Amino acid sequence: MIPEFGHFALILALAMALVQSAAGFARGRHAAAWIALAQPAARAQCLLVAIAFGALVHAFVQNDFSVLYVAQHSNSMLPTVYRVTAVWGGHEGSILLWVLILAGWTLAVSIFSQQQDDATVARVLGVMGLISCGFLLFTLLTSNPFARLLPAAADGQDLTPLLQDPGMVIHPPMLYMGYVGFVVAFAFAVAALIDGRLDASWARWSRPWTTVAWCFLTCGIALGSFWAYYELGWGGWWFWDPVENASLMPWLAGTALMHSLAVTEKRGAFRNWTALLAIVAFALSLLGTFLVRSGVLSSVHAFASDPKRGVFILAFLALVVGGSLALFAWRAPKVGRGAGFDPVSRESMLLANNLLLLVACAAVMLGTLYPLIIDALGLGKLSVGPPYFEAVFVPIMAPALFLMGVGPLARWRRAGLGDLARRLRWALGVSALSAVIAPLALGRWTPLIGFGLMLATWIASTCLVNLASRIRAHPAPGWRARFAAQSGSYYGMLVAHFGVAVFIVGATIVGGYAVERDVRMAPGDTLTLGAYVVRFDGVREQRGPNYVAARGTLDITRNGQPLTVLSPERRLYTASNTPMTETAIYRHFTRDLYVSLGEPLGPNAWSLRVYYKPFVGWIWGGCLLMALGGLLAVLDRRYRALRHTAAAPRPVPLPGDDSIALGLPAVKAARR
Amino acid sequence: MKRTTLPLLVFGVLVAFMAAGLTLRPTEVPSPLVGKAAPPFTLPLLGAPGRTLSASDLRGKVWLLNVWASWCVACRLEHPTVLDAAKSGAVPIYGLNYKDKPADALRWLGRFGDPYVASLSDVDGLVGIDFGVYGVPETFVIDKAGVVRHKVIGPLTPETLRDTVMPLVRRLDG
Amino acid sequence: MAEDPTWGHGWRTACCLVALTLCGLCNGVRAREAQPLVADPEMQARVMAIAAELRCLVCQNETLAASQSALALDLRKQIEQQLTRGASAQQVRDYMVERYGQFVLYRPALHASTVLLWFGPFALLAGVLVGGWRMLRRSAQAAPEVALSDAEHERARRLLRAAAGPR
Repeated sequence: MIPEFGHFALILALAMALVQSAAGFARGRHAAAWIALAQPAARAQCLLVAIAFGALVHAFVQNDFSVLYVAQHSNSMLPTVYRVTAVWGGHEGSILLWVLILAGWTLAVSIFSQQQDDATVARVLGVMGLISCGFLLFTLLTSNPFARLLPAAADGQDLTPLLQDPGMVIHPPMLYMGYVGFVVAFAFAVAALIDGRLDASWARWSRPWTTVAWCFLTCGIALGSFWAYYELGWGGWWFWDPVENASLMPWLAGTALMHSLAVTEKRGAFRNWTALLAIVAFALSLLGTFLVRSGVLSSVHAFASDPKRGVFILAFLALVVGGSLALFAWRAPKVGRGAGFDPVSRESMLLANNLLLLVACAAVMLGTLYPLIIDALGLGKLSVGPPYFEAVFVPIMAPALFLMGVGPLARWRRAGLGDLARRLRWALGVSALSAVIAPLALGRWTPLIGFGLMLATWIASTCLVNLASRIRAHPAPGWRARFAAQSGSYYGMLVAHFGVAVFIVGATIVGGYAVERDVRMAPGDTLTLGAYVVRFDGVREQRGPNYVAARGTLDITRNGQPLTVLSPERRLYTASNTPMTETAIYRHFTRDLYVSLGEPLGPNAWSLRVYYKPFVGWIWGGCLLMALGGLLAVLDRRYRALRHTAAAPRPVPLPGDDSIALGLPAVKAARR
Repeated sequence: MKRTTLPLLVFGVLVAFMAAGLTLRPTEVPSPLVGKAAPPFTLPLLGAPGRTLSASDLRGKVWLLNVWASWCVACRLEHPTVLDAAKSGAVPIYGLNYKDKPADALRWLGRFGDPYVASLSDVDGLVGIDFGVYGVPETFVIDKAGVVRHKVIGPLTPETLRDTVMPLVRRLDG
Repeated sequence: MAEDPTWGHGWRTACCLVALTLCGLCNGVRAREAQPLVADPEMQARVMAIAAELRCLVCQNETLAASQSALALDLRKQIEQQLTRGASAQQVRDYMVERYGQFVLYRPALHASTVLLWFGPFALLAGVLVGGWRMLRRSAQAAPEVALSDAEHERARRLLRAAAGPR
């Protein structure tokens, strides 16, 4: 009965989404009445989708194998936490998760937009409503998770063992929060284009939403990489797989969008460009959905494909993105030019950053879609893999990473090249030195390692130079007051940029100095990796809730001091008869020791793969810092201040509001 | 006006490619051998290991090479079609027993029927690699001059046999 | 006492033999350094370096180096045999392409059909930078030069100080 309730709730949610969309585009005499419906419809839609999702979770937890989707992805022996995770383990459930998160963002927009006038909010909700309609229709027509299986299966086909992991619990929801979150910036941009109000205040409202979505996407991608690292057993952290690229592309566009919004908010410039970026970022999210679920690209992440689904998503994508790009083509020329700026200025550096990020994004898209393009043109079949992406992505991003050090120091409108060079002398010197010294200290020097470390040191030291000059120049008495006077936005930028430096250090060092040993070991054998000694103590059989495992024991010591015991496993999941390796990792701030159990070789020996991965944790640590930086920026007091001045008219920053650049607190809305 | 329509145009091109992409099969790897001479081989016959068969022995006639194995589940699916083709006598079919134990293979043929003029025993799979075999079953159409003319990836269906393979065989026969 | 070399030597040898036998009988006492899985790790490294840029045709989302499928194992063995016979890395790649087509290369070869792939991003970068530079120049020209008078400078300073607020 409950699955049917869930199904019915979805249909009602579609009705609510239709009302929500209509409310957004109402015109004429009864427009006000329709507009008043927008927020209630949005909230009702969210509630109904939540009920539907709850019904599906219930079916999984209760092992209701009369629901086809449950029978395909769950099993009675599956631990409860993975039964919930299995809800988004397949196509139908993950699309329902998409719809749920979209409804959640819609609810958030309707709650946190009290300062906006009703018509604007209704318009934004209307655009989001159209997207919801599309996804709800897609779910109901092609991907119904509540379809019944009669007669009910005796037991389910089990969740793929690879997905039975804590990473699976959190990676897809985080990722979808990011993907779907870009719909808000998209809706704001489209609404602004329709109303002809593409101005700095639009940018001001869009910015925190975009930043939050970007934070989630950063975390989601980092989690995916982290999960692949410990789950897949080959020690890699990024494979340039089509689905990974499908998440990287919106991230790159989203990063460009965040920076562009800063310019539009502060200077009123780049308005068209920012609106276009908002459309492009969401379009890339939708494109990612298409690529993963249509079967056009072969990928390890791809869901089982169905041509009907592919056609629907493509049609939806064409309609939404084509429609908004057509709107852009029509309305953008009417938007005037923003404030001008010099060839050397913060605006121009941010423009360069945007362009470089977008070219990198285009390169990733080209590489991902090229096999499809060549095949469609009848020119044969080829593969584009990591060697291509690494050869192309790194050279394009390098100048952007260099500019990351210069941009924050440049003044708005006009910056002096000589002045910048003088202030950055020290940072440049330190970076060049680290490029030579650090690799030699770590073992060996190659141009790539030197270059990577130089970039990372450059970014980190320019952050310090920036902070030092800000604090020194501030008029307030005392260090504490000066530090307290800086805005959340500013600290957010510093932390996020510093996070990029940390990431580069991790990626460079682990790429250059990792050691891999494939060995055969009998109980008692030891393996020496530098200062570490790994002793193999044999394999025992172990039983899990839904698997049988051969569990190895490895004793790790360093300079005679015992450090830890690692237990890698080779599991056989009984329901699906699938084997799987569980790696064992000894993590540390400066290095990972990673062990993977191979095959039994004879009565007493096993093959083992042992990795020494220096600084690999810095890769994800850097990503976390980036997300933290975004969070700090969103917590900036000006957003909190604005919430308290509910009656104040919509704030319009003066053109040339240099208060941020000079380190003074942002002028509060109440003062206008 | 022209500059702001550029994104829409680029998107249109992308959609066209992706629509075309929905009709393609990205996991199927076409054979680079089509139009080239079949790789030379000399393999022992299944069931008569003392005798061997070479590619050169098969010059002068059009023939099919069907890659199969007793451990291959899909081969069971296509086997009736292969038997029918053999019964019609239109084209001789030779089997390539890929990475299989001869005892298992013979037992399999005895149980399900032997459509092959002869089966070649490729125990280590090296000839399979030379032919670019990456999955079982696969079927090659080879002409009188020993040139590979077509490769069927996956099980041979009656439709493929009727609409693609047999017309090609008839054309090659002259 | 006089050292009898023959007897002392024999006694030492006997003790050593007994000790070794005892050692041989106790497994736990012996702690051997783990042996590499393959006989020739250097050759294996070369095989893996080539296999890392080739695509497995069975598990099509793994490299030939990472895949555990039967075909991947066979092909890695083939690569090793070829390298042992003196083939170069490029010859091994050509061997693979001859049999499986361009699909098997993860680093697409440079043909007429892949010129756009390899040079496209850099051409786009160049074009975009040139376009951006031109846009910057136009923007700078559009913005008029406004020099502030001393009074306006003073007023600006006052306003900014006021905006800093009571601290």
